[in-house]
Amino acid sequence: MAIKGPAAVAFALGALMALPTLAQDKPKELVVGIATFLSGPASVFGVPGKNAADLFFEEINAKGGILGVPVKPVYVDEGAGTNQLISEYRRVVQDQGAQVMFGAISSGSCNALAPVAEDLKVVNVMWDCGTQTIFEEGKWKYSVRTQGHAGAEMMATLLYLMKTKPDFKTIAVVNQDYAWGRESWALLQAGLKALKPDVKVVAELFPKFGAPDFSTEITRLSALRPDVVISTSWGGDLDTFVQQAAARGLLKQSTFVLPLAESSMERLGNVMPEGVIVGSRGDHYFLHPKYKNTPEMQGFVKAYKAKTGVYPIYPTFHMNQAVTGLVKAYEKAGAAAGGKWPTKEQVIAAFEGLEFKSLTGTITIRSDHQGLEDQMLGTTKRVPEYPFAVYDKIALYPGKLVTTPVGEKSLDWFAKVKPELVNDKSIETFDYSK
Amino acid sequence: MLFLAALDGIAYGSLIFLVAVGLSLIFGVLGVLNVAHGSFYAIGAYVAASAVLAATGMGLPTWLAFPLFLVSAILVGVVVGGAVEALLLRRIYGKEEVLQLLVTFAVFMILEDAQKVIFGVRPLFANAPMNWLGTIEVFGIYYTNYQLILIPLVALAVLVGLRLFLRRTSFGRAIVAVTQDREAAMAMGINATRIYLFTFMIGASLAALGGALSSATTSLTPGIGSGMIVLSFAVAATAGLGRIEGAAVAALMIGLGRSAAVYFAPEFDVLIPYLIMVVVLLIKPEGLFTTLQTRKV
Repeated sequence: MAIKGPAAVAFALGALMALPTLAQDKPKELVVGIATFLSGPASVFGVPGKNAADLFFEEINAKGGILGVPVKPVYVDEGAGTNQLISEYRRVVQDQGAQVMFGAISSGSCNALAPVAEDLKVVNVMWDCGTQTIFEEGKWKYSVRTQGHAGAEMMATLLYLMKTKPDFKTIAVVNQDYAWGRESWALLQAGLKALKPDVKVVAELFPKFGAPDFSTEITRLSALRPDVVISTSWGGDLDTFVQQAAARGLLKQSTFVLPLAESSMERLGNVMPEGVIVGSRGDHYFLHPKYKNTPEMQGFVKAYKAKTGVYPIYPTFHMNQAVTGLVKAYEKAGAAAGGKWPTKEQVIAAFEGLEFKSLTGTITIRSDHQGLEDQMLGTTKRVPEYPFAVYDKIALYPGKLVTTPVGEKSLDWFAKVKPELVNDKSIETFDYSK
Repeated sequence: MLFLAALDGIAYGSLIFLVAVGLSLIFGVLGVLNVAHGSFYAIGAYVAASAVLAATGMGLPTWLAFPLFLVSAILVGVVVGGAVEALLLRRIYGKEEVLQLLVTFAVFMILEDAQKVIFGVRPLFANAPMNWLGTIEVFGIYYTNYQLILIPLVALAVLVGLRLFLRRTSFGRAIVAVTQDREAAMAMGINATRIYLFTFMIGASLAALGGALSSATTSLTPGIGSGMIVLSFAVAATAGLGRIEGAAVAALMIGLGRSAAVYFAPEFDVLIPYLIMVVVLLIKPEGLFTTLQTRKV
């Protein structure tokens, strides 16, 4: 059947409007869907992430929005489970017209959402999830990660441990029994074999996620007396483990390495002793030795503390990186489109090679859409200025130094890491200062 | 090694017993499998931790935490437990078990969200009572007196106390009478509605007491109730629903089994409670301590 007259005109107009790649008129608002944990144990990260996003978008909107377009954040709860998350993600894009999605905190969520974003052709900013396999084993046109990954975090942890306690002979691990706990230990083990092949792993303990009691694990570690105890646990699990271990003297007996402890330090207060190796999934820290006195950092810490009553922790900095990266990508894409509102394809293309300053270090997005983010580790110290432990003997590892090169897989790269990396000249060190 | 594992197992099993015995009591008397029992544990923990933090924040002595645990548990059992029984469960006694499960599950979900709204999502802990009681050295290993001595003693006191209450007091005997034959008990002038309400409050208070005691050793996060209700079901099912002494033995078996697993086969640590339950139910489907009775016609 041939289409004639007004119907043909309408059809032609409709077809033209459906073309996706041309720069377009500015929308009334930019809807940004944000997947974060608003329920369940991981809401200890998800809610701070949301609080930070609210602050950042309020600030952006107060300055006129992104390229003059106000931003409207819409939140999706990751805690509802993967199937519900995918349905909600689709709904926010298709019904609420989101042009950008931030997804997500859990690596499982990121793995599930990346193909959905491809299907929907929506810009998907992976704002907090850590699994290194996403861009090592897959190629996602519409997804980008604005922070480092587990490989970089674990490599920096290993290098710091090798530097500060080179003579350790035995090690034990107590990780949460789920993907992150297992994957992070696999990376650490591969690196240990390369850097310190004679080290003996005396216990590999994987208590269930959300375990309320670590007494038996602590008794076993007390009996085994390993030189080093490492745990990549987080949230309530880490708090429980540290307070039970501290009460029974285990923290004094072994050197503890806790790569995610920055997010627990304020809560743990005086429970956390001196001498524990701590990290923050990046170079985030409200007392960052290089950036703690910048107006941006001071303004953020003040606003966040006023809103929530506590100091910001690493997910809030990851949110800052996602929001700042998005703004910079829009600005770059907008300039390339001659000042017009860029398409989603132009925005995602603008992310490639993008360099932007976050509240702490500078983030670079590689060609594989993986972000390079500096990593910071330190050793806890008690100071009179704060009622909780702070970082001392800080080491700052450049993202490029500790991130698996493009095209390689982290497990393979860890297996061939050289001891020279421990003393690389690009590593900066700092002591605690007021 | 086995001895050390046994000490941890006793402490862990004692805490599970406190929660599971409440669940078992409620089922034994009311015949309701109460999924919301996990919420009473969680709310008891949050209320106790908040009370202890407030008290220590005001500079009050740390020992006050122990009476506060008890007060918090009773408060949660009476107010929250009482409201759930009087407003909801009372309407579904005698209805299909599926309906009872669905209603109590709905209550559990509502109370989970209520905890989030009231107490927030930030992990909360109040470890002052645990530290105040100090540590004890056993074969060169330090244990907290709180976990190794206090919690098992409280569990023992609850077990003995419940036994005496049900057998030696008139109210306890009235509960047993209603459990055995509600109609006959009512014909003899026992107020079954009141018995149901008080039994539910006692069961809920026991769960809240378990939560209150755990608040000194563990960080409270959203979802803590769900982990505990699953374990409590495993204990109650292993013992035979409604069996109080059985719950104590089953909790001990599960605690000891889990501790042994951490020492000798850590990969089975999570599985052990459920493996024990499955093996017991395969051999004795009615539970370890239930004796089969002739069905009344």
